[in-house]
Amino acid sequence: MINIVRNFINKVLKNIFKKKKHVKLGLYGPPNGGKTTLANKICQDWLGEDMGKVSNIAHETREIQIKEQINIKRGSKELSFNLVDTPGIATKIDYEDFMKVGMKEKDAKRRAKEATKGVIDSIKWLDDMDAVVVVLDATKDPYSQVNVTIIGNLQARDIPVLIVANKVDLKKASVKKVQAAFPQYGVIGISAKYGNNIDKFYEGLFALVG
Amino acid sequence: MLTLQFVPYSEIEELGPARRVNKLLDIAKQNKIVLLEGRLKKEEEKDLIEITMEEIDDKFKGIELAVINPEQKDSGFLKNLKNEVLNVLLGDRQGFTIIGPATVVKQIKKDPDKIELFTQDSGKTKKKR
Repeated sequence: MINIVRNFINKVLKNIFKKKKHVKLGLYGPPNGGKTTLANKICQDWLGEDMGKVSNIAHETREIQIKEQINIKRGSKELSFNLVDTPGIATKIDYEDFMKVGMKEKDAKRRAKEATKGVIDSIKWLDDMDAVVVVLDATKDPYSQVNVTIIGNLQARDIPVLIVANKVDLKKASVKKVQAAFPQYGVIGISAKYGNNIDKFYEGLFALVG
Repeated sequence: MLTLQFVPYSEIEELGPARRVNKLLDIAKQNKIVLLEGRLKKEEEKDLIEITMEEIDDKFKGIELAVINPEQKDSGFLKNLKNEVLNVLLGDRQGFTIIGPATVVKQIKKDPDKIELFTQDSGKTKKKR
C-alpha cells in the first residue's frame, strides 16, 4: 500500500516537473543594444529585482551574469529558465572611445581590457545555450557583420533564436529594417526600458522554448 | 594612404581554420585592408572575432568586418535554385570578405546591395555590386 502511494506521489510530481521547462536562455547582441535593460525588465517582472547595471557607455556589462530559476507564467503555461546576460560582442574596442566620454586613461584601458575578455567569454558561452534572444538596437544598421555572425553561429548549432528589435520608443527605430535583414526569424519590436510590447516578447519566449 | 590587399581563395583553401584566421588578421594588423575572395565559415568568423579580441592592445584596436554573400538574397525559386547549385560547386568561394583594421576603417555599411567603407579620416569610398 505504501509503495502504491509512493509511486502515485512520484508520478504526480514527475508530471508537474515535466510540464515545466528549464532552459538556459542567453541574451546576445552587440554592445548597447539593451541586453541588460531587457534582463532587468524580465527580472523586475518576475523576481522583483534588477539583474545588472546599465549605462549609455558601451561595454557596461563585461562579465557573464546569470540569474537562476526565473519562472514566467502565461495562462496555464509555465516556463522556468536560467537567464544569462552576456557582454556585447564587438570586433573592435578602443580605450580612447571611453576617454572621449570622460574616463581617465588608466580606467579606460582597464575597461577596454575587461571588455575584450567579456567578448571572448560571450563567444565561449554560445555552445552552452539552449535558446537565445538576440537583442538588437532598432535604431542601428541591422546588417552589421557581428549580428550576422552571431545569428549564423546559433543557426549552425541549431539553437533556437528570437530576435528582439529594441528601443522602439525612439523615433529612428525601424523594426521593419530588422525584419528585412533576418526574414527567416521571428522579430519582435520592444522597448525594454519602457516595457512597450513586452507581452508579445513573453509570448515569443513561450513559442521559442515553451 | 589606403592599402588594399587582395587574397585569392586559393591562398587560404588548404589552411586549417586557425591558420586561415591568423593569416588574414596578420595582414589587417599591418594596417592593410584585406579583400578576400569568398568567405570564411561561420565558425571561423566567430574565431576571427575571438582572436581579434585576444590581440587588442594600445596600437591594434580591432577590425571592421563585412561579408558579401550572394546566397543571402531571397530572389525567387529559380534564382535561389541557381544559387544553391553555385553554392555546391563553388562552396565558400562565393562572395567576398572585407577585413579592415579599426585604426584605418571606421565603419563598413552593407545596404545589402552596396558596401560603403568609411575611413577614419572621414573619407568615403563606395563599391557597388
